[in-house]
Amino acid sequence: MTGALENLWRRFFGSLGNSLLTLAVLALLALALPPLLRWALIDASFTAKTPLECRAAGGACWAFVHEKYRLILFGRYPYAEAWRPLAAMLVIVSLIGSACGGFIRPRSLPVALLVASTAVAALMWGGVFGLAYVESTSWGGLPLTLILSVSGIAIAFPLAIALALGRRSRLSLVSALCAAFIELMRGVPLVSLLFMASFMLPLFMPRHVQIDELLRALVAIALFSAAYLAEAIRGGLQGVPASQEEAARSLGLSPVRANLLVVVPQALRIAIPGIVNVFIALFKDTSLVGIVGLMDLLLATKQALGDPAWRSFALEAYLFVAALYFGPCFFMSRYSQALERKLRAGEGAS
Amino acid sequence: MAAPRALAVSRNAAPSRAFLLQALIFALVIALAGFLAFNLIGNLGARSIRTGFAFLHGTAGFDIGETFLSYDEHATYGRALLVGLLNTVAVSAAGILLSTLIGSSVGLGRLSRNPLVGPLAGTYVEALRNVPLLLQLYLWYAVLTELLPPDGAAPALLPGLYLAKSGLHFPVLGEKPVVPLVALGAGLVAAMVFRHLAKLHQARTGKRYAAWLAWALALLPAALLLARMLASSPLDIPQERRFGFVGGGTLTPELTALLIGLSLYNGAFIAEILRGAIQSVAPGQGEAAAALGLRRGQRLRLVIVPQALRVAVPPLASQYLNLAKNSSLAVAIGYPDLMSVGNTIVNQTGQALEVIGMVMAAYLTLSLSIAGFMNWYNARVGLIGAP
Repeated sequence: MTGALENLWRRFFGSLGNSLLTLAVLALLALALPPLLRWALIDASFTAKTPLECRAAGGACWAFVHEKYRLILFGRYPYAEAWRPLAAMLVIVSLIGSACGGFIRPRSLPVALLVASTAVAALMWGGVFGLAYVESTSWGGLPLTLILSVSGIAIAFPLAIALALGRRSRLSLVSALCAAFIELMRGVPLVSLLFMASFMLPLFMPRHVQIDELLRALVAIALFSAAYLAEAIRGGLQGVPASQEEAARSLGLSPVRANLLVVVPQALRIAIPGIVNVFIALFKDTSLVGIVGLMDLLLATKQALGDPAWRSFALEAYLFVAALYFGPCFFMSRYSQALERKLRAGEGAS
Repeated sequence: MAAPRALAVSRNAAPSRAFLLQALIFALVIALAGFLAFNLIGNLGARSIRTGFAFLHGTAGFDIGETFLSYDEHATYGRALLVGLLNTVAVSAAGILLSTLIGSSVGLGRLSRNPLVGPLAGTYVEALRNVPLLLQLYLWYAVLTELLPPDGAAPALLPGLYLAKSGLHFPVLGEKPVVPLVALGAGLVAAMVFRHLAKLHQARTGKRYAAWLAWALALLPAALLLARMLASSPLDIPQERRFGFVGGGTLTPELTALLIGLSLYNGAFIAEILRGAIQSVAPGQGEAAAALGLRRGQRLRLVIVPQALRVAVPPLASQYLNLAKNSSLAVAIGYPDLMSVGNTIVNQTGQALEVIGMVMAAYLTLSLSIAGFMNWYNARVGLIGAP
């Protein structure tokens, strides 16, 4: 017992430097935590009806979130129809949940994705089953962020596999084209691609073709992420021994089937950490669509703060939205670590 | 050497098949480019959008808050873009410096054996890298412009350093420190020569010169000259008046928010990169160095850090690239960087194709030059003979 205590003491105050460090951190916590707690919880106001009431309480005004949550979460989607984006979100979340929980086999994922996106499209747009039609320009908030993320990944992923294989191709023209595309996309900021898509895409299309604003942003996000994803997957491809492909070929598989059935699955497994990092980045990057005027979660929050009566509660609003972004990102990074451990354990067992 | 890969594609097929396939792909790409160009020309004509780069000589007519070049609203669009480019470069450089400082201290903090420091650094990393940068920029900007005390009521953080609604106010030198800077440059050159000679001497005799001598050689003359300059012309310290600040240097809230946001966000990623790199050095290396009798500082400097850098440089390079590209988020909070100047010009002239093309080309060049520099540095710190 005394040994454990002594050990603990040594970890906090083992040397002079360590003791100073401990004291400095303790002092910092003692200075920062009590006012922070008082602001965020004790003096905070959760139920105030007016900004004045909030300010009188002296702490954080979480009542702002209560007051504006519909605008923040659903943007300008018609008020009476709010159950539809909510249902669409549930569809997306249950798709992700069942894919992560292993209820959908990877092979049937494309079908599940197709079914889910049809359901989401029907719910969001309406115009079928007696649902009123809602233009995509009125979509907003969290559903928009989720739709952009999931469909961005769904488009970017196959494209990235093609780009990664193409960059490694022995056909020099193919590999040069893929490399040029990847480096171009990785060399410019996403904002410039979003501007490009929103100003220029209509100019590159035949005159009568109208492209939805949402689709323009989606194209920019998907192409940008595909380039990063392709590099992550290429790293995985490099980790698969050449003998794997040779063995598959000698069993009589065609080059395409040898790649898709033997090499790519192993490459994806190696590349999991990199792939998930790109997914996390993509989810965070969807917040940039607000710069070209799409009402995503972040822009909806800014709009909510546009109300002059409530504009001094920006900190509360942004912290609330930060928590909404933090949850999925943190989950993804932890899930990828767990997946890595599981796959490594499987490898050891076989 | 790697084994010859991709035997699969078509080893026994005639080379003409690969050739035909490539010709087909080439034709497809050309067709696609032609289709897009055809649409573009048709659309530009139909909407009577002007084309060409003549607009660069037109008068901009808008003002830019912060510039490194002389600029006013009568200057040309071309000059406005140049001003924006310099602002982007400046913000990226400052951001890289600050985020590296933050990243190294947080990264070392995560490795600390102290049971308080490790979790604290870990919390920092998780909290910052899992929240979009744009949101953090909005948050800092809101804090700086809404929640700070107004001019006249802002307390001094340090003597002469104020953070108020009008931005960050700090003391500046009374005159440009030309002579001390020249002395510093000369000192650095002398120190490098000294270190080179000391290394040769050590290789020949095994005797080491203390490293602090080189530093003293580099810094002492410059410091003395700076002190002499300060004695003759004192610092220009900002004075807080009732309706604003007089004197001193100012960073606008936009620039301050951008710098804080970029540095804190990228610092979290850099901390993880450095932590991973240091942990990747085999523990036997440090123990072996200790067994050879190296002191703790020497162990770090001569054995562990050089090996960790080899691992850290490639991901660090891509993080710096990300920072430079992310500085374009300035457009969202109104700092006049290249992207936001470009955006203003597109809105005024309607020549999106040319302006966005130029902006993208500039970022591409910036990215490629950072990548090139980091490749050179990587080759320098890499193992000799390593691939």
